[in-house]
Amino acid sequence: MQIDRRLISHFDWTLFFLTLAFVAAGITTIYSANYDLAAGHAGGLPGRQLTWFGLGLIAMFIAISFDYHYIDRLAYPFYGAMLLLLVLVMVVGHSGGGSQRWINLGFFRLQPSEPAKLAIVLVMAKYFQTDEPARGYYLRDLGMSFLLVAPLVVLTLIQPDLGTAIILGIVFISMILMGGLRMRSFAYLVGAGLAFLPIAWHFLKQYQRNRILTFLDPDRDPLGAGYHVIQSQIAIGSGGLFGKGYMHGTQNRLDFLPAQHTDFIFAVFSEEWGFIGCAVLLLLYFTMIAYCLGLVQRAKDRFGALLVFGMIAIVFWHVAINVAMVAGVMPVVGVPLPMVSYGGSALASMMFAIGVIMNVSMRRYIF
Amino acid sequence: MSALAEINKQDGAPELRRRASLLYLILVIAFLGLVTRLVFLQIIYGERYTFLSENNRIRIKRVPGTRGMMFDRNGQLLVDSRPSFDLIFVPEDTDDPESTLRLLARYLKRDEKELLKTYEDGKSRAAFDEMVLGRDVDWSSVVAVETHQLELPGVTLRTRPRRNYADGAMAAHVLGYLGEINQKQLNILKEQGYVLGDEIGQYGLERRWEELLRGQSGGQQVEVDALGRRVRVLHEVTDVPGYTVRLTIDRQMQEAAYEALKGKEGTIVALDVHSGAILALASTPAFDPNVFARGIKSEEWGALVKDQLRPLSNRATQGQFPPGSTFKIIMAIAGLEEGVIQPESFIQDPGFFPFGNRSFRDWKKGGHGAVNLHRAIVESCDVYFYQLGPKLGIDRIAKWARAFGLGEKSGIALDDERSGLIPDTEWKRKRYRQPWFPGETVSVAIGQGYVTVTPLQLANMMAALASGGKLYRPYLVRKVESVDGATVREYGPELIRTIELKADTLSRVRNALADVVHGPGGTGGAARSPLIKVAGKTGTAQVIEMKGTYLKSEQLSYFNRDHAWFVAYAPVENPQVAIAVLVEHGGHGGDAAAPMAKKVFEKFAEQQKPAADKQQVSANGETRAN
Repeated sequence: MQIDRRLISHFDWTLFFLTLAFVAAGITTIYSANYDLAAGHAGGLPGRQLTWFGLGLIAMFIAISFDYHYIDRLAYPFYGAMLLLLVLVMVVGHSGGGSQRWINLGFFRLQPSEPAKLAIVLVMAKYFQTDEPARGYYLRDLGMSFLLVAPLVVLTLIQPDLGTAIILGIVFISMILMGGLRMRSFAYLVGAGLAFLPIAWHFLKQYQRNRILTFLDPDRDPLGAGYHVIQSQIAIGSGGLFGKGYMHGTQNRLDFLPAQHTDFIFAVFSEEWGFIGCAVLLLLYFTMIAYCLGLVQRAKDRFGALLVFGMIAIVFWHVAINVAMVAGVMPVVGVPLPMVSYGGSALASMMFAIGVIMNVSMRRYIF
Repeated sequence: MSALAEINKQDGAPELRRRASLLYLILVIAFLGLVTRLVFLQIIYGERYTFLSENNRIRIKRVPGTRGMMFDRNGQLLVDSRPSFDLIFVPEDTDDPESTLRLLARYLKRDEKELLKTYEDGKSRAAFDEMVLGRDVDWSSVVAVETHQLELPGVTLRTRPRRNYADGAMAAHVLGYLGEINQKQLNILKEQGYVLGDEIGQYGLERRWEELLRGQSGGQQVEVDALGRRVRVLHEVTDVPGYTVRLTIDRQMQEAAYEALKGKEGTIVALDVHSGAILALASTPAFDPNVFARGIKSEEWGALVKDQLRPLSNRATQGQFPPGSTFKIIMAIAGLEEGVIQPESFIQDPGFFPFGNRSFRDWKKGGHGAVNLHRAIVESCDVYFYQLGPKLGIDRIAKWARAFGLGEKSGIALDDERSGLIPDTEWKRKRYRQPWFPGETVSVAIGQGYVTVTPLQLANMMAALASGGKLYRPYLVRKVESVDGATVREYGPELIRTIELKADTLSRVRNALADVVHGPGGTGGAARSPLIKVAGKTGTAQVIEMKGTYLKSEQLSYFNRDHAWFVAYAPVENPQVAIAVLVEHGGHGGDAAAPMAKKVFEKFAEQQKPAADKQQVSANGETRAN
């Protein structure tokens, strides 16, 4: 493989250092969340996350190493592989916490629904890369794209993994809007979606319904989900302006949630670092997303712009949904905080996504 | 830079550029929204939340739903729940847990070391989790803790409904017991609201009907003060009691069965002939489920598990024994139905049966002389059935045994039921890769060799014979009701199959079985009762094979002694109840098992009497009304 010297000089250090910052915040908080006072250590999770970070770096550099126009050819094979993995998860998957999400690969477990989020972006970028019609896309123009996305959403709903299904759907909608769907067609789509809601409700598991109902009416389950949400808010709120200091969180010790180092890690972080820490962390996310929107505007072609947009949309929606949920302004759905939450498949996938953005960023000067 | 940017502007994606500008706005709004929320939580209400976070001020006090009651078929109480107190300790609520516990030990007059050990053992739990120092503590302890509340920070009492089995061990194997939920069950059942420390049915009906008996737990979300005392209740969820379960068991007959077996190892099953409803199911030695309800100690559990007499095993459904001579009923039916027996012709029994190069001996030294089918059943002549075996062949024997439900699980709603074994040529080939040897059929003909059955299967076989060939699935639960008495579910007879039997076959076998008890020379004379006329068959199942010698039971070591069987139904003319009795190592069926069956039948008859009178009255009443 020949490496163009210009690529090295255009390496996107901004995105790279932002990524490092998130991972560092993540691993230190995972350490604190899992620290066992009695045992005097934090168990194996921080180390495992570090290993995944190594794998993530490899994934990131693979994503950089080839010209992103090859993705045009790789999109469908990648999509097919994800579909296959999701079917495989149903058959031989490993269950945890009441749903079947993982494939055991011996030394680690893969959660295929994480890279599947990327597949949607790749496929949609390919779909919309040609110049859009002057009057925009009608719904009928998008039939094929719906057919591509539907099986992924259905397969994750079956696991059941409501959070991932929501992300898949919302990223898909972001892509078709960005791709050029007419606003009027979008309004029809929203209308159809609202009509579909009662049917979707029927297919939700009882505990998922409970979560939504609990959000709408916190008095419904004060001893279960309602208690978790309150404890999460207490954790954030008690952080105050400056926080209780690293490793000095107290809510964390209550085991108030089974997911304090995954989906609820923001609560642990907030308690220890306070409003200042939260503001800095959110500012870093804001910077990353805004920076990438700039890349969308400066990409040298439509395909690259769509790739960047899709990948950063994933980050945006994860951050928005996760923080809103942990802060008690949204129902509890299982969505991790990108690059911070514990979870290897999510971390490696996110780093691959950032790699794709860097790829587009580096090649915008090369013709 | 500007030159390149110019090129990009021309070649890039103008529509996307325009849309991206809009996205900046959305991005700013979204993040401002999140930050605003954080300002509220962390700055405006920060102090309130900090206060709440100290000492875990908001806690959950769970109250498990009161478990449903169980009644017998006549509405007599078998299981209910009574209120009790648990002694609870939250170490985080006191500055010096150890001295608090020392003080507590003084007030309760309990061993200080034991309390401190419980505390040390529980240290790995999550912070602020309640630690149970004592379950079902006595009244004087309750009073002591209440009076000294202020000196004992972190020590509280919680009320808990505690399971109460009215008759102790009497129906232990049917009712089952509760235990603390284990990690494996918790992983599966978490979604259904179980938490660590919950009780769950671990055995018997308590386990099988867990879902309905359990009810829904409630509780309170409370704010506590720095000492862990309740300041106010923030939210409350009332608990919902579980459903009432009404059983088919007849408490009087169950008691009679249990009393009859007391001191022996064995089991008695009694069935309603016309439905498969189980009237009594006793297995001894038994255990007292109340011991589990108050929290079994590990020594007690260890003793139960290690006990050589296996008190935790339900012998009626899990014990697999050779049927011995009770299997001759199947042989007789198969012989008559297949046309192999001429019932009136006699054969000579010299006391042994030569077959191949072996000689099979009769249980009676010197033999029974000239016997026909009737005499062969009444006197339980082995040689008659030895010679019948090879004539029928193993596959035809197996066909008829299986028709009566032997060798298959009955499907009763109790866990870990065993199927027993009815061998045939195909089974032998699969299991041992060997052909079936005719000599093995001779052993099977008197219920020895490979053949094994469960006592429940034999009881059901007798029920099917008594009802003219209707084999029902045995069941224990008649009705499930909500607390207000509304019927939630109802269960009735479930026919497994109807066995086609000739009238001649039925009458011959039934007559012979009646004469086993009432005729001269019958082996079951000990079941004769003035209250009710019984038909049955004795059996003696060999535990070890004896060649040549005739040893008395008493001459063998206990675990080598024969099992005693008695299977029966009554009343003879209008059968209502079928019973199987097994006494492990009890010796002869006629001596050990038949008297037990008699006691249960008599209890049934005693109860029928007043009921029959009542029926008479109501029948008369109806006539008049018409």
